[in-house]
Amino acid sequence: MPDSLPADSVGIVTPQSYHFDTPIELACGQKLGSYDLVVETYGELNADASNAVLICHALSGHHHAAGFHSMGDRKPGWWDSCIGPGKPIDTNRFFVVSLNNLGGCHGSTGPSSDNPATGKPFGPEFPVITVSDWVKSQALLADRLGIECWAAVVGGSLGGMQALQWSLDYPDRLRHAVVIASTPRLTAQNIAFNEVARQAITSDREFHGGRYYDFDTLPRRGLMLARMVGHITYLSDASMGEKFGRELREEAYKFGYDAEFQVESYLRYQGERFSESFDANTYLLMTRALDYFDPAYEHGGDLSRAIAAATCEFLVLSFSTDWRFTPQRSEEMVNAMISARKKVSYAEIDAPWGHDAFLIPTPRYTDVFTAYMDRVAREVGA
Amino acid sequence: MRPDLEIIQQWIKPGHHVLDLGCGDGTLLDYLQRERRATGFGLEINPDHITTCMNRGVAVIEQNLDTQGLDNFDDGMFDVVLMTQALQAVRRPDKVLDEMLRLGREGIVTFPNFAHWRLRWGLALSGRMPESEALPYKWYNTPNIRLCTFKDFEALCRQKGIRIKSRRVVDGQHQNSWSARLWPNLLGEIAIYRITRENEQ
Repeated sequence: MPDSLPADSVGIVTPQSYHFDTPIELACGQKLGSYDLVVETYGELNADASNAVLICHALSGHHHAAGFHSMGDRKPGWWDSCIGPGKPIDTNRFFVVSLNNLGGCHGSTGPSSDNPATGKPFGPEFPVITVSDWVKSQALLADRLGIECWAAVVGGSLGGMQALQWSLDYPDRLRHAVVIASTPRLTAQNIAFNEVARQAITSDREFHGGRYYDFDTLPRRGLMLARMVGHITYLSDASMGEKFGRELREEAYKFGYDAEFQVESYLRYQGERFSESFDANTYLLMTRALDYFDPAYEHGGDLSRAIAAATCEFLVLSFSTDWRFTPQRSEEMVNAMISARKKVSYAEIDAPWGHDAFLIPTPRYTDVFTAYMDRVAREVGA
Repeated sequence: MRPDLEIIQQWIKPGHHVLDLGCGDGTLLDYLQRERRATGFGLEINPDHITTCMNRGVAVIEQNLDTQGLDNFDDGMFDVVLMTQALQAVRRPDKVLDEMLRLGREGIVTFPNFAHWRLRWGLALSGRMPESEALPYKWYNTPNIRLCTFKDFEALCRQKGIRIKSRRVVDGQHQNSWSARLWPNLLGEIAIYRITRENEQ
């Protein structure tokens, strides 16, 4: 825990829950009658509500993006490196909104929430949510907060997909979309990894067809495996090599199958911790949302035609060692934007951390991000 | 404003869609956006320049002409493709010229003249590779790997069926001088060419 809060921290923050009771129609055809969204905000909304920035989270993210919930917190929010006073998303200038998405498991309505119709958790009854659905719910949240137009919608990975979707679904409601370490669609390899993760979960005996809540148990083993395989795709060969190498936990081989290499025990530890804190049904839902995302699909696979609807400006960033969503995937997006005559800036950041690099403040990443957001702030008079 | 940019901006019409190859810190595009309501992109590889462009609101794409080419841009999508003081630094200037006129109806190119009298004099006198204000590097670390003279460039244009719409020859400070006009390949330091395909107007 911090003895005192760092000067560039947003400090102690308190999440707030917003209840919506107008039914929301989802891409799958189902409706969600009422729902809650848990939200954190940092900084002050200015008089003309022009300085609002929306943060969209990735697969296992949530509303707690920056600051601390209490002085006892061991770690700050998941994107504290980029959000705070003087940081790229400068809370002295911007009003930052960060929410837990629909279907999540950190307070917003999701599979582990009670279904009002039955009084029991939704479980597998919870509808599959798409990136478009999230954007729709975020727009309703913006209405509630009095934000007509975002200065920027910002996200990494799955969050970047939401930023892109915003530009297509609500072109008049954002000035900038910042799409980091993302992709316009998953590749077969990406989907394959998601499928392994889902199989790990659904084949766990404790999964009970998604009704594990009723059995007072959790598919820990499955979720742990899902996280382990996912985690590998977030790192690079080089960063794993640097962190663990072939280091053993003890001095010699034991000629058995327990966790002997450091990397094995690290993955097990990460997986176990995750399996205690994350809902398995939410994990299934999030990976499916990733699989389905493909804005070009409705336009005959032509991404530039899909992007034609956008009117905002784009910043696209990729990382050299990201093999989950490679720089080539970002360049596909950029090229579609160029073809569609959109205003777009692009940089490939040289960083060794693989996909996770979007969470790590390497100097060039910070410079580029800060420079762009500084201009956004000036543009909206913040 | 830099005098060469002053000359170039006169050739950009309001609302033109422009591509600037090697856009540097975005000074020219920034000016064209504000004063000419031009739109478009800059291509750059220098990280500091890219950051500056982003900060001033110039759309900049990190892309290396030598290794990545320009395949990601569609035919005829720009009114003008610019390349200031970078032609001599690419691996295949001839191919870049082709690409410029594939993407744009018109190209604007500036480069230093290797036949300027001071460079000729320096080489003749000292027997060493010349250095100047426009070419301040050593032979082993210079980014300028494809130096040419105005005559060389014009010969290449003829060979490729590229029409030179206009040429301005200036000195090292990009000032017009009577001497450079009189005997450009000997007395001019930098040329600004406006080029197009033979069949274009």
